Amino acid sequence: MIASFGFGVLVLTFLVSLYGIGAAVYGVRSGKAAWVESARHAQQLTFPLVSLAAGALVYLLVTGHYEVSFVYSVTSNAMPLYLKITSWWGGQAGSLTFWIWLLSAFTTAVTLRRWERDREFLPWVIVVSLVTVAFFLALVIFFENPFNRFWATPTGEVEAFFQPANSVPIFPSDGRGLNPLLRHPGMIIHPPMLYLGFVSFVIPFAFAIAALVTGRTDDRWIRLTRRWTLVAWLFLSLGLVLGGRWAYDVLGWGGYWGWDPVEIAAFMPWLSGTAFLHSVMIQEKRGLFKRWNMVLIILTYCLVIFGTFLTRSGVLSSVHAFAQSAIGPMFFGFIGVMFILSLALLLYRWTDLEAEGHMHSLLSRESLFLFNNLLFMGILVVCFSGVIFPLVSELLTGQKVTVGPPFYERATAPLFVGLLFLMGVAPLSAWGHSTIRTLGRALWKPALVSVVVLGLVLLAGVRSFGALLGFWLVAFTASVTLYEYGRAVLARARRTGENLWMAFWNLAGRNRRRYGGYTIHLGIVLMAIGIIGIEIFQQETQGTLKAGDSIQLAGYTVTYRKLDEFDAPDGRNVARAVVDVSRGGRYLGELHPRRDYYYASQQPMTIPGVRSTLEDDLYVLLVDWRPISAEGATFKVFHNPLVNWVWIGGIWLIFGTLVAAWPDRDPEVEQARTVGRERLARQTA
Amino acid sequence: MSKKVFLLVSLLMMVAALVGGLAQRVQAQQPTPSDNDVNRVARQLYCPVCENVPLDVCPTTACQEWRELIRLKLSEGWSDEQIKEYFAMQYGDRVLAEPPQRGLNWLIYVLPPVAILAGAVLVIRILRRMQAKPTPAEAAPAVLLSPEDEYLKRVEEELKRAEKSGR
Repeated sequence: MIASFGFGVLVLTFLVSLYGIGAAVYGVRSGKAAWVESARHAQQLTFPLVSLAAGALVYLLVTGHYEVSFVYSVTSNAMPLYLKITSWWGGQAGSLTFWIWLLSAFTTAVTLRRWERDREFLPWVIVVSLVTVAFFLALVIFFENPFNRFWATPTGEVEAFFQPANSVPIFPSDGRGLNPLLRHPGMIIHPPMLYLGFVSFVIPFAFAIAALVTGRTDDRWIRLTRRWTLVAWLFLSLGLVLGGRWAYDVLGWGGYWGWDPVEIAAFMPWLSGTAFLHSVMIQEKRGLFKRWNMVLIILTYCLVIFGTFLTRSGVLSSVHAFAQSAIGPMFFGFIGVMFILSLALLLYRWTDLEAEGHMHSLLSRESLFLFNNLLFMGILVVCFSGVIFPLVSELLTGQKVTVGPPFYERATAPLFVGLLFLMGVAPLSAWGHSTIRTLGRALWKPALVSVVVLGLVLLAGVRSFGALLGFWLVAFTASVTLYEYGRAVLARARRTGENLWMAFWNLAGRNRRRYGGYTIHLGIVLMAIGIIGIEIFQQETQGTLKAGDSIQLAGYTVTYRKLDEFDAPDGRNVARAVVDVSRGGRYLGELHPRRDYYYASQQPMTIPGVRSTLEDDLYVLLVDWRPISAEGATFKVFHNPLVNWVWIGGIWLIFGTLVAAWPDRDPEVEQARTVGRERLARQTA
Repeated sequence: MSKKVFLLVSLLMMVAALVGGLAQRVQAQQPTPSDNDVNRVARQLYCPVCENVPLDVCPTTACQEWRELIRLKLSEGWSDEQIKEYFAMQYGDRVLAEPPQRGLNWLIYVLPPVAILAGAVLVIRILRRMQAKPTPAEAAPAVLLSPEDEYLKRVEEELKRAEKSGR
């Protein structure tokens, strides 16, 4: 009953979206504003409708309607309520529905704004939004229906929405439960963050297309969507960081980023989106690179859809899986059509998007931004080839190949180094005109600081070339950024007579975009410290210990005490070891690495015991054990220096993005408010 | 004669010592390979059945057996490369962390650098083409002011603009 209701609402939403697309196009073609207004209402209707369908699905999940196959596959009686709710995005059909729900929320929010100055954009923004909504709805309705039920037919059990002939419904008494790997706080909020990032990139794309269709070639579309882009970037970054944290806590291989295709699928739109965030500034300040910005936002949109396609179509496990499910070709077709249409529009407007200004020097901010874009695109090319090549190889030769971390690390390391260097230089170069002399005069102080830091690192005994280069770059970029803050704060304090703190506060508050940006740069620098630490200095060892035996790594001693094995009430078997950690003879504490085995899904899960400090992590995994625990257990121990700076940098980066994206007071609203207040004052007087 | 016997005996003893030493050294080279040795090789290989899981971390029983196989091969004196080749022969190239450099696989080693180089050439050409002499009005402020002053001016300007739009 509820399932039928949910499905019916989804179909209705699909029809409403189709109507909205038609009404918007007809309205703008015939010049009838009422039709565009009707399309806008259709758009605004999608969110409440999808919410109803989503509500139905969540109700089924929470109340354990296991006759619905999606509910059966992701929940079970033993699961707590919050997990039953969040298992909404724990499986294919549900997560697509979740995607649609977020997308309709964002696109509806856009149509709620006041459109007086940008009325010509409205119909096309609606068209692009609704086309995307309708595509995903079609996927869910026709191929990945979350409301499908189990039926027993004479030939066997089937999953279908409509009752097959001669069948009876099946009502299982319990479900299979959520994949244990996904029962982690990081995994519960990681997909929503990624999806939020994905769907908010649809909005700048919609405005870009609207600008192309209407031929309004100024930078209005960029200014209107700047905050959306930042929000998208914020969520995507947050999603990536959380995903890394989840991998570190749950996957049990001592790292946070394994260049897995699924990770790269989310990383690619982040790369093009970051390039876009930088290059739009050139258009805003100097009227250059209008076409390139269009290319970047089209690319980002397509990569968002592509990322969803990669993770949702099963294509990564095998190209043949892709061919078997209808969802793959649908995605493929949709990306192709959107990409070609957008490019065709761009070519159509090519001459209108002529640059308004000139470049004056190779060292100006705008040309450095161009190099920044080149490096981001380079990393993107490496990622894209690495993800796509195994598919191409399997398709053409039948031979499966793996493109693993060594490939990506070798290919992207120089590009990342280049980016870090540009991050240090670019903030000090001026828009329009910069020479070696002006740049050198601005740079020498921070450069000197970085050389001093390099000396200190050398003194500390570091000899690896990669680490030295990395630490120098980190020091350089950090000192440039802090120097930028410092100069401006001092200048303001001198001019206004404010104390330094107030000067800093006012300066950052009045130019949040710049200082938010610098804060983000500092976040990246902190993350880079952690990445250098784990990439270059990580050590590991493995050994089988009897109770009382020890294993040594990086000055730490890990002593095996005991191991307990027991069944937990939520359907898992737990093997939990107790190890003592000491360093230089000093006892530091106990760690409890464990292995959980989920009976229902027959899946093991390795939870490390971690001792975490700002200096390093000692990360102990229980690999294996003998039936009689005193006989011994095998442990793998990782020493991960500086790894926590990755998370600290991540939080810092999010903070910086919030600073940059925090809404300004709308000048029009403010003006209206002031006028109103004055009028009120006059009346009361 | 006794000299000859002495020489012979000492020669024999030297040979014996050498052989003995060698034998000892051979034994020293081949203790049971440690977990770390096994992991060193396993890390460079991928689980033949799971998707994108390196062999050293894969928890399945099959992978445990493969790791024992690596241990066996190591104790038989195989080199890392030989073991990797053996696995690739048995289970296909997908167990290698990178596609071997032959045939179609060259694409992935050649295309990205070519694309990046092409991009770099394009960027430099665009910069060249767009680089026109600055008009005096545009160039003047940057030339007249020292970077410090120019920077302050930039800050002031932006503050002014922000204040104007903020009110």
